Amino acid sequence: MERTMSVLVNDRPGVLARIAGLFSRRGFNIASITVGSSERAECSRMTIVTSGDDRTARQIEAQLLKLIDVLEVEDISAERIVSRELALIKVDTTRETRLEISHILEPFRVAIVDVAHSSITVEVTGDTEKVDALIGLLRPFGVTQIARTGVTAMVRSQTV
Amino acid sequence: MQASEQLVNQGRAPLPGGQDGMANEGADTVSAAEAKRPALPVVKTGADLLCSLLVEAGVDVIFGYPGGAVLPVYDALFSAPIRHILTRHEQGAVHAAQGYARVTGRPGIVLATSGPGATNLVTGIADAYMDSTPLIVLTGQVATASIGTDAFQEADIVGITTPITKHNYQVRHIEDLPQIVADAFHIATTGRPGPVLIDLPKDVTGGPAARVGLPDPSPLGYRVPTGPDEAAVDAMAAAIAGARRPLLYIGGGIVSSGAAERLRAFARQTRIPVASTLMGLGAFPNDDPLFVGMLGMHGKYAANQAITHCDLLIAFGVRFDDRVTGKLERFSPHSRKIHVDIDQAELGKNVAVEIAVAADVSLAIEALAKRELQPDTAEWIAQINGWHADWPLDAKRGASVLKPQTVIDLLAELTGRAAIVTTDVGQHQMWTALFYPWRAPRQLVTSGGLGTMGYGFPAALGAQVALPDRTVVCVAGDASFQMNIQELQTVMENDLPVKVAIINNGFLGMVRQWQQFFYDKRYAHSRISSPDFVKVAEAFGALGLRARTPQEAEQVIRQALSYDGPVVMDFVVEEEENVFPMVPAGKGTDEMLLDWEEA
Ligand SMILES: Cc1ncc(C[n+]2csc(CCOP(=O)(O)OP(=O)(O)O)c2C)c(N)n1
Ligand SMILES: [Mg+2]
Repeated sequence: MERTMSVLVNDRPGVLARIAGLFSRRGFNIASITVGSSERAECSRMTIVTSGDDRTARQIEAQLLKLIDVLEVEDISAERIVSRELALIKVDTTRETRLEISHILEPFRVAIVDVAHSSITVEVTGDTEKVDALIGLLRPFGVTQIARTGVTAMVRSQTV
Repeated sequence: MQASEQLVNQGRAPLPGGQDGMANEGADTVSAAEAKRPALPVVKTGADLLCSLLVEAGVDVIFGYPGGAVLPVYDALFSAPIRHILTRHEQGAVHAAQGYARVTGRPGIVLATSGPGATNLVTGIADAYMDSTPLIVLTGQVATASIGTDAFQEADIVGITTPITKHNYQVRHIEDLPQIVADAFHIATTGRPGPVLIDLPKDVTGGPAARVGLPDPSPLGYRVPTGPDEAAVDAMAAAIAGARRPLLYIGGGIVSSGAAERLRAFARQTRIPVASTLMGLGAFPNDDPLFVGMLGMHGKYAANQAITHCDLLIAFGVRFDDRVTGKLERFSPHSRKIHVDIDQAELGKNVAVEIAVAADVSLAIEALAKRELQPDTAEWIAQINGWHADWPLDAKRGASVLKPQTVIDLLAELTGRAAIVTTDVGQHQMWTALFYPWRAPRQLVTSGGLGTMGYGFPAALGAQVALPDRTVVCVAGDASFQMNIQELQTVMENDLPVKVAIINNGFLGMVRQWQQFFYDKRYAHSRISSPDFVKVAEAFGALGLRARTPQEAEQVIRQALSYDGPVVMDFVVEEEENVFPMVPAGKGTDEMLLDWEEA
């Protein structure tokens, strides 16, 4: 089962290495890991997408908490979450395909961030499925480069 | 997940240790030293500040070895009120610090230079991490400007030791040093103890500094569970009250939490039998009728039967190590399981348990004792006694050839069961564990989790430094002893009257035993020659003695114990003796081999 963990860590050199090392050493899988600053000045927030049964998830959580630089671990898989990633996709274009491609792009609300003679680069934001879907649709035209940020996520606030 | 945990970042916890049993006799000297803490050194450099902070933290001795990158620290030590023991190899220094820590409960302090000095510590650090031994490891590092340039004697010791330390630091700015030292001691000694490394670039220790007092520790994000909550105590109490065949499965956590006294009272009050891991030996006295014995691969027959047949397994301060559980599918199949450990990550790691409690085991036992539980265990104890009768341990004395078990038996008898005993790793370690009648926690110092050959002798050295008035015996293997034999010079130089008892079987005995059982007696490279250990001892200026029969063994031990100085005893024993019982790898704990015919 896929799991998303939100991890608050001390913003110190080497923290990412400690966490990545822990995952590889103990055979936990990492689908993606993103790091950036958080609401607390001296802390970063990591979003780690991993997989495993409940027992593995509890073990990952407990092992992470054992690291001195880890302040909080939240397994947010079961929660209502907002999860987003950003991708830059470079696609080959020709005079003939340009129109077709722009039709495909329309419902995805992408930004075209670079246009050249025979290619365009688009920026798409959304959950993983949306990004996967767009890449799938563009592949037949010749996707020459993809850069994805990996998932960052947050629990939605209660509405009522 | 954090509800039951408390963020510990205020107030300095007292250094643990010496709470129970025999370690107190020696620990008195330690606390006396602490009482008259020496004047703090003058502070001009970062290294002076380090020494001043160490003195404030209660450090009285450092085990170390100098080199370029730690020269500033050595210069400060020249006039600091801290004893320094110069070992003959950095591995000797780290194991000595482990021995010191294991017998006192206080952190052992190690100092080495950058590069090769630091990497020579790695085995000991890994060993301390596995066996939850508190260490402060100080390593020199090249100057900050050179870090990352592959400078002379540069090694990324922080990177190398990240997976084998509880935490590690590199001091980039001298202003950070006081807090790092305070946090390092706090982290190493509280919760589940372990090694903490501080890497010290040469410009930081060599640069200017002014005195700063040791601050309160405040490691952000460090949590230590305290006592169990009421609900957990209720659940444990209900399970115990209803059990017919309960078994206490105890380990090193009892020793490090200082829970031995409470455990003894609890077991006697509830009449629940006690089985121990290698690391727990001594936490419960072996001569108590409730003691079932050591568990696991070379555990006692009755103990392995008991853990297989119990209906409630009460696991206190243990980690369900594979040497104890054997094949997981066959492990204690009829029992409900309670697991109390201060390390949350151990709960459910290897074995699923019904009642998992992240708590200080000492506080958990205290809370349970108040429930005055009285399960009816009479029939169960009778069944266990039946297993004892079926397959007792037998020291096989009286034979004309010297059996290794006889040597342990004689050592126990002639030291009045009161020695501090360290071991190396192999058959002799298992015989020592099985045949020495342990009376007190911190009496046995052995490498459990990592199984490090060469551990025993330097560990004995460190134990003797900590407890100068105690008899310290190292039961060594002929092969293991050769791994750190150079420390003979360290014991000579420091007048440490350690008694080494080599169980000399001419083999890497444990390897040979496996080859005999599982590789058709193809003894590939397990035969080992040795120098004349008596002459080696004499060359260093120690007393060397040899015994080949039980009678000679007794004489030799008497002579060694009455000699005021280091002794090396070479016990030439039966070469192909095996350790029994034995649970072969991949088998269940009840599938023990009891003798060679069966294997
Ligand atoms: C550093 C290290 N290397 C290798 C081993 C594997 N090993 C385990 S026991 C053993 C033999 C030990 O021989 P000895 O010290 O003579 O003890 P004996 O088993 O003969 O009592 C070996 C090689 C180990 N535990 N540690
Ligand atoms: Mg041997």
